[in-house]
Amino acid sequence: MTASTIQQAPAASSRPAEALLSIRSVVKRFEKREVLRGISLDVAQGEFLTILGESGSGKTTLLRLVAGFEQLDSGEIWIAGDRLDQMPAYRRPVNTVFQSYALFPHLSVFENVAYGLRATRVPSTEIPERVKQALDMVKMAEFIQSPPQRLSGGQQQRVALARALVNRPRVLLLDEPLSALDANLRRQMQSELKALQREVGITFVFVTHDQEEAMALSDRVALLRAGLLEQVGKPREIYGRPQTAYAAQFIGQTNLLRTEVRDGIASSGAIVWQTFEPAGNVTYSLRPECIRISRSSGGPEFADISTARFRGQIRNQTFAGALDLLEIDCGNSQILRARIPTQGPLSGEHEFEFSATDAIRVRETGS
Amino acid sequence: MYSRAYRTSVTIPPLLWVTVFLLVPYALLFCYSFWSVTPSREIVHNWSLRNYTELFRNSMYPTVLFRSMRIAGAVTALALVLGYPLAYYLSFHATKRKDLLYQLVIIPLWASYLVRGYAWKTILGSDGVLNGFLQYLYITHQPVEFFLYSPFAVVLTLTHIYTPFTFLPIYASLEHVPRNLIEASHDLGSSPWQSFWRVIAPLSLPGVLAGATFAFVLTLGDFLAPLLVGGPGGIMISNIVVTLFGAAYDWPKGGAISLCMLVIVVGILYLTERIERKFSFQ
Repeated sequence: MTASTIQQAPAASSRPAEALLSIRSVVKRFEKREVLRGISLDVAQGEFLTILGESGSGKTTLLRLVAGFEQLDSGEIWIAGDRLDQMPAYRRPVNTVFQSYALFPHLSVFENVAYGLRATRVPSTEIPERVKQALDMVKMAEFIQSPPQRLSGGQQQRVALARALVNRPRVLLLDEPLSALDANLRRQMQSELKALQREVGITFVFVTHDQEEAMALSDRVALLRAGLLEQVGKPREIYGRPQTAYAAQFIGQTNLLRTEVRDGIASSGAIVWQTFEPAGNVTYSLRPECIRISRSSGGPEFADISTARFRGQIRNQTFAGALDLLEIDCGNSQILRARIPTQGPLSGEHEFEFSATDAIRVRETGS
Repeated sequence: MYSRAYRTSVTIPPLLWVTVFLLVPYALLFCYSFWSVTPSREIVHNWSLRNYTELFRNSMYPTVLFRSMRIAGAVTALALVLGYPLAYYLSFHATKRKDLLYQLVIIPLWASYLVRGYAWKTILGSDGVLNGFLQYLYITHQPVEFFLYSPFAVVLTLTHIYTPFTFLPIYASLEHVPRNLIEASHDLGSSPWQSFWRVIAPLSLPGVLAGATFAFVLTLGDFLAPLLVGGPGGIMISNIVVTLFGAAYDWPKGGAISLCMLVIVVGILYLTERIERKFSFQ
């Protein structure tokens, strides 16, 4: 296991020493509702970690606990060996980029960026140089004297980023910073943000509800659901090896196959394949791109049990560039989605197949 | 776009109203201020600047005017000192009792001015509540006379009456300070105290100016509180105007003073408006 492993258990036994930010068994209640129900998460130095979740999952609350805008009800937060959760917000070596930018309207761009430097009593001779460097980094140096309300949303976001980075925080917290931008600008800012993070080497904790954004940006993704961590891992890991049905559905598209396993054979309706799971009810996640149209329609006597074959009616075909999206009706109201390279319209009944190793066993977790 | 008939029909009535009840009286006042009155109290329409020069020659007028401005300044300062912390507490710290406290500030505004004035009379008078209390505690042995009928009583009464007017705009401006700016300030390393001076105070300045203007201008024009609790030493400029237009029947001089006050008040409004515009960022 690597330094960036999650500790699901509250015990602090095998905690990696390199963890810069360590969130341990954190619980947060609003009134009587538990918003965070025991979160443990370690973030390594220089890592780009995304907390991904639907609205109401508690992701922003978790970020606000780290920033110091909320107080936790139990648990601990540590940063580089110091207890973070007992410091007031203004002493914490972290800075936040707010969703709504939160630039000071009565101060110029220069004074906004200089705000943190003045607050922490950086010598005033150093301030102009550091402000300029920070604004250069986000390509906003030419707006140094503008009032912030004269800037566009994207420009304000850049200034907010410079204002947070100029203090050289140990961890930069970003609360859905791109959600107010339009799609094109958003994609552009995503790649700039990633490049910037590599350049400055500061640890980023990024909150978003957009799974594509999470996949594109992050070294690791922590998937949060209703106050609990569903899965933490590299984007490819979560996509390829989802641990839960929820993770499989939330990150990318998937088919969930609820099967009965008996004697090493999993069966879901008419679809059967070989498995090493013990007998019982097992749920599998099967990515749409793992389903192919069978080329040889050899009879069942040649059937290789490590490949599942099934017949299905094509209900719908959607052109989506390189791969078409098919909806396959397998009978018994079982519909599977498949992504298949096609040369033209398909219709009628076909034989499909997927290899048994592509069906990933997932846990069904309660909501 | 609205039709011409519609625009005419909605703009004419208010214009007429302002003309008949504001501009015409002021124009008349302006004319009166250059006329004079005979010893037999007849108004003579001969134009001169005598009323204005008289205002500077007779030391009573500047004395009373400066006293009025001192009282207005004191009331403004006290109203700010009371109103700002109250508004701050209500806006930032009163969570559940916010509505109740807000109503408690507003309710006195519904009570008649005279009731509030007389209330202070019964508190400050020689057989009033305050003196009774002090004698009960043996702090004083006989009624303290200077509580009532002094500039002090006027300041106290007017502070009580005009603090809500100062509180309201300050409260409104504090409510409009985006909370995430305060979080951002803490996030960037500013202590709550620093954050107050560098974020909350500048952003609530328009409310402070509006509140201060209310208290100052309303006090400057007040004549009832000096009448009720001011005594001879607490006379204010508006009392002189009232007397000149009433018992003394010297409308020309009353007009001259009124116009001087109008110039002062408009000057104050113009100045605060300019500063306010400089400090509003929305």
